Amino acid sequence: MSLAELICPAGTPAALRTAVDAGADAVYCGFQDATNARNFPGLNFTPDELAEAVVYAHAKDAKVLLALNTYPPAGKVDLWRQAADTGTRLGVDAFIVADMGVADYIARTHPQVRLHLSVQAAASSPEAIRYYCESFGVKRVVLPRILTIPEIRQIRREIPCEIETFIFGNHGLMVEGRCSLTNYLTGQSTNMDGICSPASEVDYARHDDGSMSSRLAGFTIDCFGADEMAGYPTICKGRYTAPHRPEAYYAFEEPVSLNLSRLLPQMIDAGIHAFKIEGRQRSKSYVRNVVSAFRAAVDDIRAGRTANIADLVALTEGQKQTQGAFETKKWR
Amino acid sequence: MAVNDMTKLTLGPIAYHWSADTRRDFYARIADEAPVDEVYLGEVICSKRAPFHEADLPETIDRLERAGKTVILSTLAEVMLKRERKATEDLAAMETPEIEINNAAGLFARGKRPHRIGPFMNAYNEATIRWMAGQGATHICLPGELPADAIAVAAKAARELGLGVEVQVFGRASLAVSARCYHARAHDRTKDNCQFVCEADADGMPLRTTDNSPILRVNGIQTQSESYVALLPETGELIANNISHLRLMPQAVDMVAVATVFRDVLDRARAVDDADAMLRSVCRTTPFSNGFYHGKAGYRRIAMASPA
Repeated sequence: MSLAELICPAGTPAALRTAVDAGADAVYCGFQDATNARNFPGLNFTPDELAEAVVYAHAKDAKVLLALNTYPPAGKVDLWRQAADTGTRLGVDAFIVADMGVADYIARTHPQVRLHLSVQAAASSPEAIRYYCESFGVKRVVLPRILTIPEIRQIRREIPCEIETFIFGNHGLMVEGRCSLTNYLTGQSTNMDGICSPASEVDYARHDDGSMSSRLAGFTIDCFGADEMAGYPTICKGRYTAPHRPEAYYAFEEPVSLNLSRLLPQMIDAGIHAFKIEGRQRSKSYVRNVVSAFRAAVDDIRAGRTANIADLVALTEGQKQTQGAFETKKWR
Repeated sequence: MAVNDMTKLTLGPIAYHWSADTRRDFYARIADEAPVDEVYLGEVICSKRAPFHEADLPETIDRLERAGKTVILSTLAEVMLKRERKATEDLAAMETPEIEINNAAGLFARGKRPHRIGPFMNAYNEATIRWMAGQGATHICLPGELPADAIAVAAKAARELGLGVEVQVFGRASLAVSARCYHARAHDRTKDNCQFVCEADADGMPLRTTDNSPILRVNGIQTQSESYVALLPETGELIANNISHLRLMPQAVDMVAVATVFRDVLDRARAVDDADAMLRSVCRTTPFSNGFYHGKAGYRRIAMASPA
């Protein structure tokens, strides 16, 4: 049986301590700049904060994974290199990377630090994963959220590194690291700036009939009736019309969140080494609840007890949830 | 003014599910009439489509090569299923140096034998380009969202390493790919039982916002821009910044006319303003954009300060 580590989000130093206290095996975080894919205002760490966080986590036997998982545009590579140098100096346990140039730099300059391949690298086949393992000594791959459990089981047999998968949180629809939708509408890039549907470009417009539009950079991403709760305008979760779909429909996906708790026993049995909980932008109380519940469930399953899956399912109660691609190919 | 014969004009791979007949006619006309130097062939978007047209590939290659075009075979952008892995492996095993790789699975299969790096490979910077050159890359197509200042730095590094450097100057921008087929979804089907509904949309399926603004195009698992990227006034600056290849993406318009307009500008046979007006009339009502190049929202159309 695998270790089934719980990899937990740490958007702030307080969230990091909360996740560690709630039983995280590892936390992942980033600096306050474009070097990570959650470059949101008010989130992330200064080098001083990261130094304290590493000490705190290590004292409680938790690892710290530093996300350097964006793609530096030409001419700005030094920012990513400095982040890797700083992370190494502060004693982080691994870097989560996507860009080949960044991976190559760390492999050559800091070979003692583990490299994890970010979901942003979109390595979805054994061959792609082996390319990164053989080129940069990658020790773990974070799989895209597009594979079924039997497919993950098969991949595991064909690769020389550990597997981490998302288990809970925001449900990305597009292949990560290949999406320029936000840049198309706002001029800020998910790949280069770490920004997705930025709050600074969001506004809500109330109409005379009581309906409400949610907009990104002036484009209407969704429109809600007076009795509906208006959602955040994420481009890939908006409603649009097509020539034969005159009624607006969710062209890509409904605004659901991923919750694989029912599949947890199967996923542990498939030999997945680590489970990632999404949500660096979430509150401390969210982090505490989700991490504690998954901690208890994983411990139960590993000890041969029946886990209280109902508690995990309840975490997304009231919201729509999905098992995404993991359960069936019909998702595609 | 000397004719510019250093910069090559290329035709990218067809992104859509055009029928075998449409493709045959299209490439016959490209071979006979289009002033492009290089043509990329092959299915890049959906592995289910490949059987419809791959049988014609040898004849198309032959036709284009006899017309003096260099032919490059492009691999799939997304590689997940057995047939996709096999297709990638088979292409990577070919003897020709002219393979364009669009997924790391292709890099793995190709090893250090010479190859081109496609636009889906995320070659965003000089460090990545240097790594790729060390692994056998001879040519890089830069990501479509890279702004001009980064293009200049990346292209300079690539040229110093002896690589060709390519930028898309015409056609819808690829904005995202997914494991899910949005064409099938729009028809309440899934990818496995899609019945190839994407064939009906030769230029992508338009999506509009609920207040009726055209915004995106769906092409199977790919999401594209509603606008055509059109970097015609920018060609002078691109060439000055070491871009060696300008890519035209096939759209459902007169692509011979599009290629001719770009060729004329490269040859300084036509003023940029005049050429821009011609391109405008060829593309009818489709909006043009160049926002990515100018570091702005991709859909925007930024006027160049002074024509090159």
